[in-house]
Amino acid sequence: MNYYAIRAIYTFEMARTLRTPLQSFASPVISTILYFIVFGSAIGHRMIPVDGVSYGAFIVPGLIMLTVMTQSIANASFGIYFPKFLGTIYEHLSAPISPIEMVTGYVGAAATKSVVVGLIILGVSFLFVPLEIAHPALMMGLLMATAFCFSLLGFILGLWARNFEQLNFVPTLIITPLVFLGGSFYSIDMLPPIWRDVSMLNPAMYLISGFRWAFFGSSDVSIQLSVVVIGFFIAVFLGIIWWIFATGYRLRN
Amino acid sequence: MTAIVEVRDLTKRYDGEKLALKNLSFKIVKGEIIALLGPNGAGKTSLISAICGLTTISQGKVFVSGFDVQADYRNARSLIGLVPQELMLEPFETVMGTVSLSRGLFGKAPNPSYLRGILERLSLWDKRDSPIRELSGGMKRRVLIAKALSHDPKILFLDEPTAGVDVDLRRDMWRLVKDLQRNGVTIVLTTHYIEEAEEIADRIAVIHDGQILLIEDKRLLMKRLGKKQLLIELAEPIETLSNVLEELGVKLHHEGCRLTYTYDMEVEQTGIPEILGALKSEGIRFNDVRTEQSSLEEIFIELIADKTG
Ligand SMILES: Nc1ncnc2c1ncn2[C@@H]1O[C@H](COP(=O)(O)OP(=O)(O)OP(=O)(O)O)[C@@H](O)[C@H]1O
Ligand SMILES: [Mg+2]
Repeated sequence: MNYYAIRAIYTFEMARTLRTPLQSFASPVISTILYFIVFGSAIGHRMIPVDGVSYGAFIVPGLIMLTVMTQSIANASFGIYFPKFLGTIYEHLSAPISPIEMVTGYVGAAATKSVVVGLIILGVSFLFVPLEIAHPALMMGLLMATAFCFSLLGFILGLWARNFEQLNFVPTLIITPLVFLGGSFYSIDMLPPIWRDVSMLNPAMYLISGFRWAFFGSSDVSIQLSVVVIGFFIAVFLGIIWWIFATGYRLRN
Repeated sequence: MTAIVEVRDLTKRYDGEKLALKNLSFKIVKGEIIALLGPNGAGKTSLISAICGLTTISQGKVFVSGFDVQADYRNARSLIGLVPQELMLEPFETVMGTVSLSRGLFGKAPNPSYLRGILERLSLWDKRDSPIRELSGGMKRRVLIAKALSHDPKILFLDEPTAGVDVDLRRDMWRLVKDLQRNGVTIVLTTHYIEEAEEIADRIAVIHDGQILLIEDKRLLMKRLGKKQLLIELAEPIETLSNVLEELGVKLHHEGCRLTYTYDMEVEQTGIPEILGALKSEGIRFNDVRTEQSSLEEIFIELIADKTG
């Protein structure tokens, strides 16, 4: 293992994040506060509690997941696309590093950043709604697993994208709708039966549901199923990345 | 003469069908400075990219210090430093930041004093905390060199290191290359400045259309292909050459003021004594006699013309 390489990539990426703290941390926090004002305070009072949880509290896990998923994809895809765009990737390609080390450095940094953003949002949430976390350790585990999973997806996107348009296209047209419709702001039970069935095909729903279970001990699908789904996607994404490096697809040509 | 790089039947075909390298085989000798010459699109960068791992290899094998660059890429690449042709750097990163990244990528523990030495050698120490976008082009070129040297490589690939570099910096770079060679580093450089190859290289490889036309010791090459010209400045102009002089191959130039005679350096009998004898017997007086040697550039142009014409 080339640990120095992992460390070098990780610290280099974190330094990039810290150079723009406002963009990195302030903007997700501000948008979260806006969601709280709109959904929590303005609309929330008119909503009936879900499974005994006030609507303001109910949306907290969804909000965190929404942000962590989108941030993970944005961070990781940009992190690897930018060196490709600038050409500085030549150095990584010529260095004695394996795909695993490269992924650990880039995905680790992207996931770290979105976990930190997620925790900041959680902290901000306590200012708006009374909140108790039923299973804090599981909550942390799922938060990190989700950040890792979506950072892997972002990494693939960044390797695949040939231009900035493609880089923005996938998150805007595919990821954001999936995450938004995955029950961030509502319980699947609130939907008509047909849409409930459609939601069952949405992978983001399982992650959001599992995360909500860690908070309140109740959710749309079982926690075991959520964990299996996360594990499944992590395995699939790792497989795709392995294939990209093995063939040099869009990387060494 | 141990080979530090061995290229065996290397072929590179880019995605479409562009064949950039056609079955190349050659060796790079440990400790030498070898210059790769060739026109635009000859395949110089493709060759370096294939050796260093920037592109996949379509066919053939490359060994660096005995390590297969594909199967044993970790060992092979650890020995290599690469300065790319383009100025590719992160604009917002600092000089020290990017050089530290390079060292880490190559698996070396942080060593600030070593990096300081390199930055000082390249006159970049004052700029260590400057973001790269604030540097001039020549400085950026040096940052790329600093990055390539950050992990103490045994082979350094320099892809057109002196493109767009002023005379002072070019001389400074030549000195650096010589210094590195004295410290045991093998150097492979590409250049379009033939005087550069002439100045610093031990061996010259000429690449054209994905093939190596020749690879040879610089001095031998110049001797083998080089022509010498004898120039005789006459005291008084003459109208025509005598039959004797014409048969010896002498030509008249400059309105009858100069005689020229071209000969191969390899030949034992140059024909010069006969020419001088003829001049004496014909009573032609002259003020000056000198010889000129063709440069590597002329040799190079002739070679390419031979192949393409
Ligand atoms: N990524 C690529 N995809 C397709 N073709 C390429 C690629 N890179 C280079 N080529 C082609 O391969 C050939 C060799 O290019 P290469 O860059 O190796 O030449 P070079 O000798 O370095 O030229 P120069 O002196 O201009 O730098 C050219 O015909 C070029 O168009
Ligand atoms: Mg080139």
